[in-house]
Formats: sequence, structure tokens, C-alpha cells
Amino acid sequence: MKPILLRAKGEENSRSITTYMRFGGYGALKKALIMDPADVRKEVKESGLRGRGGAGFPTGVKWGFVPVDSPKPKYLICNSDESEPGTFKDRELIHVDPHMVLEGIVIASYAIGASTAYIYIRGEFREEAEILERAIDEARRKGYLGKNILKTGYDLEIFVHRGAGAYICGEETALIESIEGKRGHPRLKPPFPAVVGVFGCPTVVNNVETLASVPHIIEHGAEWFAGIGKTRNTGTKLFCVSGHVERPGVYELPMGVTYREIIEEHCGGVRGGKKLKAFIPGGSSCPVLPASLVDTPATFDDVAEAGSMFGSGGVIVMDETVDMVWALENLLEFYAHESCGQCTPCREGSDWALDIVRRIRAGHGRPEDLETLERIARFASQGMTICPLGDAFSMPIGGFLKHFRDEFEAAIARAKPLPPKKLPVLPLRFERHLFQSEEAK
Amino acid sequence: MTEVRTRPLEVLPPEKLESVAFDEAMEARIEEYLKRYPTKQAALLPVLWLCQDRWGWISPGVMRAVAGRLGLAPAFVKGVVTFYTMYQTAPPGKYLLQVCTTLSCQLCGASGLVEHIKEKLGIDFGETTADGRFTLLGVQCLGACGEAPVVQINNDYYTELTIEKLDRILDALE
Repeated sequence: MKPILLRAKGEENSRSITTYMRFGGYGALKKALIMDPADVRKEVKESGLRGRGGAGFPTGVKWGFVPVDSPKPKYLICNSDESEPGTFKDRELIHVDPHMVLEGIVIASYAIGASTAYIYIRGEFREEAEILERAIDEARRKGYLGKNILKTGYDLEIFVHRGAGAYICGEETALIESIEGKRGHPRLKPPFPAVVGVFGCPTVVNNVETLASVPHIIEHGAEWFAGIGKTRNTGTKLFCVSGHVERPGVYELPMGVTYREIIEEHCGGVRGGKKLKAFIPGGSSCPVLPASLVDTPATFDDVAEAGSMFGSGGVIVMDETVDMVWALENLLEFYAHESCGQCTPCREGSDWALDIVRRIRAGHGRPEDLETLERIARFASQGMTICPLGDAFSMPIGGFLKHFRDEFEAAIARAKPLPPKKLPVLPLRFERHLFQSEEAK
Repeated sequence: MTEVRTRPLEVLPPEKLESVAFDEAMEARIEEYLKRYPTKQAALLPVLWLCQDRWGWISPGVMRAVAGRLGLAPAFVKGVVTFYTMYQTAPPGKYLLQVCTTLSCQLCGASGLVEHIKEKLGIDFGETTADGRFTLLGVQCLGACGEAPVVQINNDYYTELTIEKLDRILDALE
């Protein structure tokens, strides 16, 4: 099928507003601004669009949580903190077509009644932040942003807010804290951001790709969008494929395509003609799946059934040469580094798990190690922490131990016991003469 | 061949950053940032970026100045600065080499790159060469996994690196 989100890829000056308008850009905005905001929300809800950041929550439903009668200002935040290992679709989208993201932001802001929107972009994406700022200037000059947009009386300002290097700020409440100028510590929920978000006001946080899909839904209708993909998993999705494939990159495909098609047809198969060993379906937090499950359709529901998560669409491919103990160690290094330190099970658990896996790989594993790893994972997930980072490092542990337990057991079986640590001990003072008093002599 | 466009960082030595003042251009930017948010505190991250771009890193003196300007406690500002990995709290070299060490880059050969670069520069992660040219950092996923392995030098991404390609880039830096 023809790409929708990446339709301008390969075009000359694809980022400029003139190219975007040649493709019919900002047409959806004109249409949306004469609709009632409630109808815009309804259209998006009926399209079945699910959040593209990883959780897959229905976007229209999320917008519906914003209290319409609240006297407080409302905010829309575009989450471009893209930090999940294996995910690089938002960067591509911003490089190819920043105006599509902006149009989505304006329509979404209109739908929830916001007059300020922030784009929270990870600090490393400096070039991308500049691309967005240039696009904002262009859109403002054409009257698609600012005061009295297209003479409808609707005002909106969009500001780019750069992060400064913290994975956790991709979590929506940590992101909100970060915009407020604080350390990125996630907040307890409820209250959810839709009710109490940034600056204590109702806030909607949506992913870049989610927002870029919105103009197309408004332009062609909910039914058209719902006709792409599968039931409850509608539309196209940007799959970012990395690791051991011939042609890594971002591919826009309808939901429901199988991982085999993605890897073999679109990415040219496993690099160097090697055999596929495993793949991570949606960014590093999703449990790894073995090659035998490569025919799983890529939808939120099918991947969940296969025991993993669809996530952000970041597919990491590993060939037969990869040592799975090494792979888990690498991922745990990431989580141990990125845990914000707020909740004990995650802060201590991520380091502890890393220590154990590191020791196993160094050849000093112990028989009880795998059980300990599973216990750490159990205590750091499923509601034991404020945000899902506890789950995010627990799920890979579960996935690797479920499908590749034999490799961990083999590494432990090869283990040499660590030499016993000898603590320095002070010598006992038996030299009695040293302690005898002068009188006793 | 990759075009090498990275400019060296302007890095002030600690003695020049013991106490700082914002010049007119910086003040204008700060005013602009303050208009974007309903609270002064929310301008903290952008103002810290402004300072780091100007002076190369965030010294305790810079933290005090920022705190004073935004009506925050210096300790609070320090807490924020140290939470985020991209704010430098010690003067870096002219070129900040940030090598991605996460899974996708590793699968595509980042570890060989790391060994080579450490040997070539004679420094480990977190260290700066004696001539003050390079600081080497191992970082987590840079979000460009499709073009692995990736190294970020100052503000620019260099992708699909091999040892030869990286050597050419390092030699081309001024």
C-alpha cells in the first residue's frame, strides 16, 4: 500500500510547508476548525486509533477524559522523547514531514480546547528541535498557528521544550514534571494528567506518530482509517527495524503484517544470510520472542497473546550468533542507568539484576541466580512502582528466561566458583610480655 | 563520505565561571522563555541549555546565577542539573564524543568502535584527553538504531560508522 505518514519521503524539500501543502497539507485543519470539537473527538475515537508511543491506549478515549467544563487552561503535549532502545520512528517523521506533526497538534489541541501546546523533544535531538522550530515559524506565517487561526477565532501557540537526557521523561507524568522544570520523577496516578497535568491543569500527552495520524483521520474519515489494518488495531504503523537485518530503517506498514514479512520482505532478511534467533517486537521493554514466533501478526492484541508487547514498533533483530546472556546484560545496563531512583524495587532491583547477569556472564553464576532474577522481576513490576519502568526491566528478564533459559543454565553450569574473599584480620596479641605491666616484672 | 560539520564547543575554564552574569542577548532569550510558561520555574531547562551553549558547562556559579534569575534555590537547581545526563558539570573537551552502547548499536559493532576509540585517544569513558580536545562518553540509546552504530559529536549525529569512517571524521575535526 502507499505510505500515508511517510508519503513525502524521498521528495525534494519534503520538510517545507509548500511541499506539505502540495500533498494537501493543512486541508484537514480547515475541515476540523469548522467542526465542533466534540465531533473531532468522536471521529478520532471511531477511527480506533491507538497510542503509538507503546501503550496502545485509544487516543479518542484519552481526549474524552479531559473535563470539558473545567475553568482551567488545558494543554496538549506532543511526546517526542523517543528514547526506547530500538525506536527511531518519530525522528524519521520529524525529518521527513514536520508539518504533519504540527497539523496533528493543532487539530488535537482544538479537540480538547487547549490554547498552548508543547513539543517535548529529547535533548539529543537538537537538529530535530530546530527543524520543528523552523516549521512552527512557517506555519505561523501562513496563519495556521498563532492568534485567530484561519480566521476562526481559535488561538494556539506551540513551543518546543528540549529535554536533557533522561529515558524516564518519556513517561507522561515524568515528562510533565520535566516541563515544569523539575527532576523527571513520575507522579502517582490518579489523578491522571487529563485531569491534573502540567501546571495542575488538564493535559493530554500524545506521541508524535499518534498526532501525525490525526490529520489523515479528519481528512478521509474514521471509517477509512478503521478499514486499514485489523479490527481494534487500525491504521498504518511505523516499524523501525534495527539489528541484524540487511536493510534496517523505518517502514510504514498496515497493522497486522507479520514480523516475518517485516524482516524478510521489507528488510531483506537477516544480515549475511544467517538464521534468525530472536526478535524484540516493540522496543527493548517488550519481552524477546524466539524465531519460532516470527509469524505473529504485528498488532497490539496478537503480540500480547504471543506473550510480549507490540510497544512502539521498534523491532530489534538478533541472529543465531547472539549470546542471550550478553543481550540481557546489555539491556539491564540501560535500565539500571535510567531508573530515576524514586522507588526502591526499581532503583535497587535494576542494579541487582544487572549484577547477577553480569556475574553469570563472567562465569561465576550460582544455581539460585535465575530464581533470584525472577523474584526481583516479580517485586519490581505490576504496580509495585510508581511508573512502569519497573515493568520495563522486569519484562525483558521474563522474556529471556522463558525462551532462552537453557543458555542461562548452561552459563551457570560452566561457572567456576569465585575464590573466597579473605577479610583482613588483625593478629591476636599473644605476645604476653607486651601486655605485662611494669609491676609484674 | 560523511561531511564533517561539527564546530568545537566554547568551554570556559572553572575560574571564569565562579560567578557569572547574563548579557543582553541571554536576557532577551530568558525573557522569551519566561513567556512560554505560566511559572518561572518551567523555564529552568531551557535556561540551563542557554548557559551550557554559551559557556560549555554548568558550574556551581552558573547554577547560582540561574537560581537567582528564576527565583529558585541553588540546591534545587543543582538537583535538576545532576538528574539529566546531558548537562555537563565539569568542563568537557572541545569535542564531546558520545558513543551509543545500547543493544542495536552493539549488534552492529559498537563495541569494536569503543575499543578503537579508547585506544586511539588513550582515554576511558568519562575522561578528557590531556590536550582538552576530546571527552569520551558512553551513552544509552540515541534513537537512531536504524543507522547503527551511532556516535554523537557535540550536536551532530554520525551514523553507520566503521573504524575507518570514524578515524576520518576525527581527523577532519579542526
